[in-house]
Amino acid sequence: MPTSSAAAKKASRPAARATGRPAPELIFGDLWEFDPAPETADPKLKPRYDLFINGKFVAPKSGKYFDSINPATERKLAEIALAGPAEVDAACKAAKTAFEKVWGPMPGRERAKYLFRIARLLQDRAREFAVAETLDGGKPIKESRDFDVPMAAAHFFYHAGWADKLDYVAPGRRVAPLGVVAQVIPWNFPLLMLAWKIAPALAMGNTVVLKPAETTSITCLKLAEILQDADLPPGVVNFVTGAGEVGAALVNHPIPAKVAFTGSTEVGKVIMRALAGSDKKMTMELGGKAANIIFDDAPLDQAVEGIVNGIFFNQGHVCCAGSRLLVQESVADRVLAKLKTRIRTLRVGDPLDKNTDIGAINSREQLDKITTLVAAGVKEGAELFQSSCKLPAKGFYFRPTVFSGVSMSHRIAREEIFGPVLSILTFRTLEEAVEKANNTCYGLSAGVWTDKGSRILKMSTELKAGVVWANTYNKFDPVSPFGGYKESGFGREGGRQGLLDYCQLA
Amino acid sequence: MSVRYPTSSLQALLSQIGPVDQVGIDERVAKYGTRSIKKAAKLWGLRTAVTMVDLTTLEGKDTPGKVASLCQKALRPADDASIPPTAAVCVYPSMVRHAKKHVGGTSVKVASVATAFPSGQAPLSTRLAEVRAAVADGADEIDMVINRGAFLAGEFAEVQDEIAAVVEACGRATLKVILEVSELESYDNIRAASFLAMQVIRPGDFIKTSTGKTSLNATLGNNQVMLEAIRDHYLATGVAIGMKPAGGIRTAKQALTFLIAVKETLGDAWLNNTRYRFGASSLLNDLLRQLEKERTGAYQAPYSFSESAESY
Repeated sequence: MPTSSAAAKKASRPAARATGRPAPELIFGDLWEFDPAPETADPKLKPRYDLFINGKFVAPKSGKYFDSINPATERKLAEIALAGPAEVDAACKAAKTAFEKVWGPMPGRERAKYLFRIARLLQDRAREFAVAETLDGGKPIKESRDFDVPMAAAHFFYHAGWADKLDYVAPGRRVAPLGVVAQVIPWNFPLLMLAWKIAPALAMGNTVVLKPAETTSITCLKLAEILQDADLPPGVVNFVTGAGEVGAALVNHPIPAKVAFTGSTEVGKVIMRALAGSDKKMTMELGGKAANIIFDDAPLDQAVEGIVNGIFFNQGHVCCAGSRLLVQESVADRVLAKLKTRIRTLRVGDPLDKNTDIGAINSREQLDKITTLVAAGVKEGAELFQSSCKLPAKGFYFRPTVFSGVSMSHRIAREEIFGPVLSILTFRTLEEAVEKANNTCYGLSAGVWTDKGSRILKMSTELKAGVVWANTYNKFDPVSPFGGYKESGFGREGGRQGLLDYCQLA
Repeated sequence: MSVRYPTSSLQALLSQIGPVDQVGIDERVAKYGTRSIKKAAKLWGLRTAVTMVDLTTLEGKDTPGKVASLCQKALRPADDASIPPTAAVCVYPSMVRHAKKHVGGTSVKVASVATAFPSGQAPLSTRLAEVRAAVADGADEIDMVINRGAFLAGEFAEVQDEIAAVVEACGRATLKVILEVSELESYDNIRAASFLAMQVIRPGDFIKTSTGKTSLNATLGNNQVMLEAIRDHYLATGVAIGMKPAGGIRTAKQALTFLIAVKETLGDAWLNNTRYRFGASSLLNDLLRQLEKERTGAYQAPYSFSESAESY
């Protein structure tokens, strides 16, 4: 096996040198092209979606609708109602009434039944929801089918299990719901973020007004159909759709006792400024610039697989994406070579094709942002590698991209890109790895790859990150709390800790 | 051919070739199963798999008659003359000359297991004599077993020297080195044994998972570990080694999944029977069934394909 030094590399390739042949290369060509394998389940989309308030779909008083497009084709999928202040107010009032009259007083074991029912109905319609999610957001069908929808159902199941056991959430204390909760979620995991938000809130006895992202409202409004089918009492969950001003109206409304936000750090700060001085509780799950740290004794092929999962999962639209790769200098060349080889086999294209690994970027706006930051990386002198795969002519796509020779001062090492772009930095010692990993305003997640168990334990205590994955990356479970340090936010989602953020202790 | 490892410590060997994480490998190979192969791609995969089969009979009750019908099946797997022949027939050394009578001069090779298959527990001189006898009888390929006892005792040099001796004894015959992965147990051991073998065999020789005589045989996981070892060895030395998973691959769907692993790990240059083989017997009929289904749109009755391994 070659080592990283140039001399050793030459010496280890006598066969290639002796005959003057070029260095051996693998061919990932078109000998065995896969035919298209589109998922064909009917997403059952309506041409127009209204607001979901007090258990009913209602048209906005303004009569205004906006288009939701498929980022893979740029074609219009449906029209979504634009909520005005009057509708936000109606939704909050409906939630308040539902909390006081029905949902708050209801015994936990009864609330559990509704949550179980929602989970099962979602499982029943899993394929339909997976296709809808892929059409609306651009993520590959294999991810919406194998991750988003099953994980959303798992969150409802998990919290249904808690609803009648709330006496054990905080041993020695009594818990009570907060009341109405305002929730605002992002576009990267529309259905899953919705489940993360409403399942614990409902289990604890709160009622909800939620605003999905304006580019990805469809599965949220489809879930409203499930809530109706589950006979969830009117007003317990309300959905208001639209862009930032709807979110602002919601979080600033006097009724909600708590605001739970997942999205950019920038918007999170705006919300916190607006709510300063109020007695509203907050949970913020914001940006990240996670370090994925590879030590020289790591199983390199599996680490490369983890790097790929870490940065290219969901086109890199993941707040905990492993976007900064820190690799020990002695194996940096080998890791980069293996990574390039692996990236050549990634399939970019039609998100509905079951063989697609990387789908469409969520919106033109996001594509522009990624393009700008990648240009900045080139300008600042980092070395660019992109896969040479073909991209569809229409739609928003971006090639899997790797920057090597990145230094800590580069923009691509500091700013969240939220796209399929990896920045590679190197380190020499454990202390340097920790220092570089923690040298960021964020602290949501990190990955450690090593064969040495004691080193994993040391790293997990020294890294300032809410989640530290060891020899794996991007693993989620409803039982496991998720949340950040520093400008990645505060509060936890999932597990017992997540429930505690939706209650008051007495 | 290249540097041998003087050490007898697995840890020292792994520090040179790198360790394997089992959870990571198992996750990687699970993704191959989610690939969806349709239409022309499916046909290509099925036909290619047929050409990669080492059609095998390794039983105490093998007779010249049984071997004769096996050879006929290998040469002409189905009524449909457009179906290509398999890569080879694989038999015990005493059956080599019988097999050679039927397939000699065709594209179908005669492979013979040797070296006191499947245990390998015989003196080296006996094992080498068996290899020479099989080659003298006309075997084109020799499937040897490594000395697992020596491997597990840490005697890596002994393991490697024995393989080198078998390479000598093979002469012009292609060698396939069976690691017997179920007796090595861990992925680290499988990777280590792959490298021990690859360092002393020739370009075009193979490493092979199993004898088919133990409970656990070829899996996507150990196939992946060996493919990655082959890739690393090739990129470091330019020497291209072939791969043969054997035992346990019974369905066409499994075979396609294994081929996807090859496509995505080693690339196009390994998608042919000079570099990839399936050691199998019942697999062939399932490939034929699926090919016929693609052609006619309907599944044929099992008896259309001389289904029983006893009745080729």
